[in-house]
Amino acid sequence: MHLAYPAVLSALLFCTGLYGVLARRNAILVLMSVELMLNAVNLNLVAFDVWLSRTAEETLHSGQALTLFTIAIAAAEIGIGLAIVLAVHRNRGTADIDKLRDTSERHDPDGTDHDARTAEQSDEAQKAEATA
Amino acid sequence: MTTTTLAVLVPLLPFLGAVAGLLLGRTAPGFVRPLAVLPTLTSLVIAALVAVRQSGDAAVNAATELTPTGSVPIELALHIDGFAALVAILVGLVASCVQIYSTGYLRDDPRYPSYAALVSLFTSAMFLVVYSGDLIVLLVGWEVMGICSYFLVGHYWETPQARAASLKAFLVTKLGDVPFLIGLFALATDAGSFRITRVLGAVASGSLDHPTLIALLLLAGVAGKSAQFPLHTWLPDAMAGPTPVSALIHAATMVAAGVYFIARLLPVFEASQAAMVVLAVMAAVTMAGSALAALAQDDIKRVLAYSTIGQLGYMTGALAVGDRGAAVFHLLSHGAFKALLFLAAGVIIHATGTNSLAAMSRMRNLRDRVPDAYWTMTVALLALAAIPPFSGFFSKEAVLGVAEHVITGHTEHAPAAAGWIVLIAGLLTAVLTAAYATRLWLLTFRGRGTEAPDHGRQPLTMTVVLWVLAVPSLAFGGFAFRLLPDWFDGRDLSPTLTTSVLGTGVALVGGIVTYAAWRHTTALTARVPLGAVSAHPEGDAAQVEAEAIASHEPAYGDIAHAPDPADPGRLLLGPLHRHAAAGFHLDAVYTTLFVRPVQAGASLVRFLDREVVETYVRGAGALPRWLGAAVRRAQTGNVQTYVSALLAGTVVLVVAVVLVATGA
Amino acid sequence: MTLAATAAHLATGPATGAAAGPHGFLSPTGVEIAFLLVGLVTFGAALVTVTTRQLVHAALWLVVTLGGLAVEYLLLTAEFIAWVQVLIYVGSVVVLLLFGLMLTRAPIGRSPDADSGNRWAALTVAVAAAAALVWVVVDAFRTTWIDLDGPAAGSTEATGASLFQNWVLPFEALSVLLLAALVGAIVLSRKAKADTATPAGQDTGRDTEGAR
Repeated sequence: MHLAYPAVLSALLFCTGLYGVLARRNAILVLMSVELMLNAVNLNLVAFDVWLSRTAEETLHSGQALTLFTIAIAAAEIGIGLAIVLAVHRNRGTADIDKLRDTSERHDPDGTDHDARTAEQSDEAQKAEATA
Repeated sequence: MTTTTLAVLVPLLPFLGAVAGLLLGRTAPGFVRPLAVLPTLTSLVIAALVAVRQSGDAAVNAATELTPTGSVPIELALHIDGFAALVAILVGLVASCVQIYSTGYLRDDPRYPSYAALVSLFTSAMFLVVYSGDLIVLLVGWEVMGICSYFLVGHYWETPQARAASLKAFLVTKLGDVPFLIGLFALATDAGSFRITRVLGAVASGSLDHPTLIALLLLAGVAGKSAQFPLHTWLPDAMAGPTPVSALIHAATMVAAGVYFIARLLPVFEASQAAMVVLAVMAAVTMAGSALAALAQDDIKRVLAYSTIGQLGYMTGALAVGDRGAAVFHLLSHGAFKALLFLAAGVIIHATGTNSLAAMSRMRNLRDRVPDAYWTMTVALLALAAIPPFSGFFSKEAVLGVAEHVITGHTEHAPAAAGWIVLIAGLLTAVLTAAYATRLWLLTFRGRGTEAPDHGRQPLTMTVVLWVLAVPSLAFGGFAFRLLPDWFDGRDLSPTLTTSVLGTGVALVGGIVTYAAWRHTTALTARVPLGAVSAHPEGDAAQVEAEAIASHEPAYGDIAHAPDPADPGRLLLGPLHRHAAAGFHLDAVYTTLFVRPVQAGASLVRFLDREVVETYVRGAGALPRWLGAAVRRAQTGNVQTYVSALLAGTVVLVVAVVLVATGA
Repeated sequence: MTLAATAAHLATGPATGAAAGPHGFLSPTGVEIAFLLVGLVTFGAALVTVTTRQLVHAALWLVVTLGGLAVEYLLLTAEFIAWVQVLIYVGSVVVLLLFGLMLTRAPIGRSPDADSGNRWAALTVAVAAAAALVWVVVDAFRTTWIDLDGPAAGSTEATGASLFQNWVLPFEALSVLLLAALVGAIVLSRKAKADTATPAGQDTGRDTEGAR
């Protein structure tokens, strides 16, 4: 079998997952997309491991071992991720990612206006001083 | 001890006294008065001893070079000739009198320790100037005097007048000191040394390349220090300082430093005919103008200040005709009687509670209240007006005699034009001097009206020194004019018949005319009440004076004159009175010529700084701020946007890497 | 499976290994055809997963994708991985995700706002990444041939031997990681203390724990 088939499939799945991560609004759907990306990587690992295990004389089957590890880690990740999503949902009442914008640069009209006003005032005071 | 050692002690003792006074002033107030008076008195004694040892013979010269200082060496040098020895005695005498007088005058002043220390420091600096044989060392003393003058004029710094006056004195004298310094450097470069003896040697051998330039530069510094036209304007304002300071600094010593300096370096000036003529014109304008101004002043101390300027004009006039003997003779006698005048004026201000002549002319029986001041002031005024046989007569006749000598062509030292200028201006000034001296005396002691307020008895320290100073005012001239030529250049200083008769005649005319005018106007005094008097029976004289100075402007509308129709000066001067009272508007001219342009330039710079430079600064700040605002817009908080950007960048980078790696 | 492998072997001839063989893309073997077809289904299911507007459907399409991948593993002779895939992913992960959807009260039916406003940017990035990756991969491995003959590379025996001979330590460490994840999930999803006011109707933490 051509190695290109699993490799291309893996790449396409990976980018599909990428699109899902970037485009989905619901956090759980984002997690699903992450799973897609992980699986694409797994497919890649397995395909290359099979190829290499035939070519090389000695092999550690590292691709398959890593795949197993990835699967386990993905399971752990999904557990933690879901717990986080649930905690967020409980606190905020929503699991929509684009509504969680606490890190945004807040528009603080008071601060800038205040600065500008004091600057103007000091300017005026200095002008008054100059004319006096 | 050798004469050199003694001479070194003379400036050193007051300096140490000043340092000790400044250090102990707060912790040990009991030592302050002895520390102020005793070093100065000792210096006077030592200065007298030095003079006796030197006794007009060959000059004592001593020099030591501490360290090499570049191309033109600076040495700690002494040069004591007859001039230095006698001027040092004058400085010591006046300084001692002033220190003793101050113990009474500033009896209750909380700042007396620093005041006394500054006066001591000033005395030390003056001694240094007098004895120094090196121009740079002289300059050190010269500048120390300047800064002491600044501090002492501003002694009553609570009053705005004193603050303004101290600043003005500092700035105006510094204005002269800058060209002075340049002139000193030019002189030393031409002569190859800062030593006065070598400089004079260079002049004698004719190796001075730019005599006119140097002389004019030096003249600027002298005009600033000796209050000669056009840099004299600081002196009348400096009367905002305490009276003893005026007596010491602004009458007897510091202002004489300029004259003394020219006397020292007279050959340098004589090398340039132009400088001598400039000096003569300067002296003439100073003399006549200041005498006119003195006739219009209301503040008793300002009258004396203008008279000081005029008398210094006589001295520079004598120098302009090339006779330093006459100049220093007048310096000595003037130092004595002008110090006396000031100190007596201090007593009068204390007794009357005002410094205004208009207010004094409305007071009865002042001469009975202060008999010591009355008699000594009369003596000093007669000396000032150059009435024989008082000392002023002989010294002034010496000046006029020399001028006449030059006119008749008996000397090659000075151009005849200078002689004419000095003689005519001198005679004119003699009339005016007698007039304002008479006016001062009449207004002060012949007032009529209410009784003067009671300020208690004058302290003994204040009255005794008046009599001490009255002795030289009375007798110094008569005895000295025969002896002094031995100490000086050997030229005859005895009065000639022509100038004596002429001078005394015009002085008498001036006095009599003023008396007549006073008789004419004195009836008005009763009709026009005027005057503001501060009464502090318990306060010391300094407090009274500070109040009098501060209240003159609010009470009379001007710091210099009063709207008094009974003033004989008003009648004598006619339409000129208004201008004379304002010092011929020289301050206004300076304001227009220098102060306004400088202020306009300052506001221009201020405008440029605020509107132009600041705009760039603000622009430099605004650009990053706009960029920041733009970048801030990208911070939406949406994690997906961030990751999108991150991955897009990653893709671009990967593609770029692949392209590079494959060599595409 | 064996048939396909044999067919592949017949089709490819004697050439083996990574060397550029005469295997053309225009004459696919049976395994390749099977792989391609399953791959198409998998990719289509994945596309539907990330685009569907019905959230529960997305989870179900994910099942199809993951199952398709398991078949692909089998086609690549990695049988152990395939069963693990079926067990863990299809069996537990998707179930967990469905629980999550229910607990967050995901709407049943079409939700109009399943995609965020970032969609076009995401599409651009994804397409660009896909183009770049496919280009690179095809360019690099277009001639590489996997020989699927012989003993299965990913049989349970081979995998077990490798795992417990060479990968024992990471394997044990992984258990610690799983324990940590377990504890972390419990701590995170535990119901907050009484003083932090929980919004009414949101007390689903205990259920989550139960699900775990």
